[in-house]
Amino acid sequence: MKELKILAVIAALVGITYYGIEPYAHSVMHPEVSAADFTFKDAKNVDTSLAGNVENGKVLVEANCIACHAIEKAGHPALMPNADAAASYGVVPPDLSHAGRIYDKNYLANFIFDPVSAMHLSHKYPVGGTKAFPMPSYNWMTPQEIMDVVSYLQSVAPKVTEDKEGHKATFEAACGRCHSMAYAKFDATTPKDSIKAYMGATPPDLSQYIKSRGEHYLHSFINDPQVLLKNTSMPRVGLNEKAQEEVIAYMEEIGDSKKAERESLGLWVMLYTFVFAILAYLWKRKIWSEVH
Amino acid sequence: MAEFKQADSMYEWFDQRLGIDKFVKVMMTEYWIPKNINFLWAMGVLLTVMFTLLVVSGIFLLMYYKPDINMAFDSVNYTIMQEVAYGWLFRHIHAVGASVVFLIIYIHMFTGIYYGSYKRGREMIWISGMLLFMLFSAEGFSGYMLPWGQMSYWAAYVITEIFGGIPLIGGDLVVWIRGNFYVADATLTRFFMLHVLLIPLAILGAIVFHFYALRFPHVNNEAGEFFDFDEEAEKYLAGDKKNSKVVPFWPVFLSKDFFVLGFFLLFFFYLVFFHYGFAMDPINFDKADGLKTPSHIYPEWYFLWSYEVLRGWFFEIAGISGKSLGLMAFGFANIIFLLLPWLDRSPMVKPANQRPYFKYWFWLMIADLMVLTEFGKLPPTGPNAWVGFGASLVFLILFIALPFITKAEAKKVGGK
Repeated sequence: MKELKILAVIAALVGITYYGIEPYAHSVMHPEVSAADFTFKDAKNVDTSLAGNVENGKVLVEANCIACHAIEKAGHPALMPNADAAASYGVVPPDLSHAGRIYDKNYLANFIFDPVSAMHLSHKYPVGGTKAFPMPSYNWMTPQEIMDVVSYLQSVAPKVTEDKEGHKATFEAACGRCHSMAYAKFDATTPKDSIKAYMGATPPDLSQYIKSRGEHYLHSFINDPQVLLKNTSMPRVGLNEKAQEEVIAYMEEIGDSKKAERESLGLWVMLYTFVFAILAYLWKRKIWSEVH
Repeated sequence: MAEFKQADSMYEWFDQRLGIDKFVKVMMTEYWIPKNINFLWAMGVLLTVMFTLLVVSGIFLLMYYKPDINMAFDSVNYTIMQEVAYGWLFRHIHAVGASVVFLIIYIHMFTGIYYGSYKRGREMIWISGMLLFMLFSAEGFSGYMLPWGQMSYWAAYVITEIFGGIPLIGGDLVVWIRGNFYVADATLTRFFMLHVLLIPLAILGAIVFHFYALRFPHVNNEAGEFFDFDEEAEKYLAGDKKNSKVVPFWPVFLSKDFFVLGFFLLFFFYLVFFHYGFAMDPINFDKADGLKTPSHIYPEWYFLWSYEVLRGWFFEIAGISGKSLGLMAFGFANIIFLLLPWLDRSPMVKPANQRPYFKYWFWLMIADLMVLTEFGKLPPTGPNAWVGFGASLVFLILFIALPFITKAEAKKVGGK
């Protein structure tokens, strides 16, 4: 039928143009990068196959960590208000309550051994440079001791629920010291001026990042920012896959809160339109049968 | 004043005063359209529906949008998208509708070119249509600035900057358009005014004019055949509907349009709910920042071809800078379609594929526009820049050659 041929020609021309300016052009502008690595296999200073001892870990943590870090869930509150902590260290030191849950075991162990190399920030804190990362390396600890600390942190980490509340807890523990989320009425715990001085620029508000960057980009970016944004001062934070998924889920719950409504309404509207189209077709057949 | 007798019904009462009977005949039941048409003839009604959807969704958005550089971004992305009930729906319809309306405009326009519906008495239909295209372009461009995202800002910056290339007045013109030395709050508020008042008013006027311009020369048909509409209408009214070459606008023509509209809307709503990224660029969900240039700046897809005609000229020729050459080519591209009725010197009104020379011209032009559109989005580096230059040059040559090609065609077919 002639009209179907015309439709096919138009669909082909539109389809080719669409392919060129959307999927193809975007693949040129944003080339694919290597897949996210949730085993952090490049970090291998510590033998993470060793089984940790929670009791010994507790002793080590209390002797080495709580001078700077709060661990609310284990009864170690913050030593000073956020603004003072930020003024002292540059950034608020993280509360370690969730550390054993949100960070990959291998990453966490290697982070304790040497934070800068684990975070992929040696361009910002070069060996022998003027700036030093606020947390010292614990490379004097034995691998066994480091694994004891990791086991202890894992043992105190609270379980969170598989819903928006749980996602929020993960987001705030993983991202909330530097990033705000205005649409969730959340301000970064490090005050604006301090974080700007510490990072070199104010870390962006993440309210709309699920839309401006998209899930695909975030999946690679959070895993290792250097892959997509060479020399950024954002560290590789070392989230395990589950924690990263929770962070992205929270960004979607805040940034695209109407997604479920949109998708369910969409089906109904399309069904309605389809019925309209069929009725219109039948009516057209009837009307045109009189003139042909 | 005419004698009014007592009306027997409400209908009669109104008919006496407003001439409803006569009006319905003139506008609907005795407004004659050729019978020999295909679904491409439904694009006008599709556009009318799309424009209505844009106006209605726009009115809802207008109730919550705040034209101020400190509030615009959040009023769109938080208030409208997340707080207002179904605010997201109106924004999606508006954003996707603005993009899809151009797709239909282009189909409508190239249908007109393909079937030669711009000449032999139909010049004013074409002119008013191209006027609408320009108004819609201005409407699309001004509207794109309102969410105050990064692409809003930088596209506005780049496009307003283009006017700076005009000799003598360029610099002042840019400041006059922006209302400031850079794209700023004054730019946003004036583009807001243009988008919600001045341009829509002009569009309404131009639509009425476009419809009116159809009345005397009548709608073209699939064969480009000229016939006596009054004679064919008589036939139809006398009951010989099958042999008449015309059908009334209502219900016959519109019944087909509604059918096409139904399937079009199915496609449209699929885009609105499930596939809207092409019309709502991710980069525009970053708030405008005049100190942070995005790595890739590109206009909406419907401006890409003319943007590439501008950008294709990247080197100096005979002492004239690439920028000036590009601007000249861009000016040419934006007025040349308007002159089409006088560039086509062949009297043939036939589908392009039945015209011996014009058919090559038509398909080359379509191919060239597709190449321009594609390369208008890609980064203009390395070979891309040269493809852009080539396609831009081909565009100019095609239109300069058109009078000669069609003149030769006229000679070959002997004035038919």
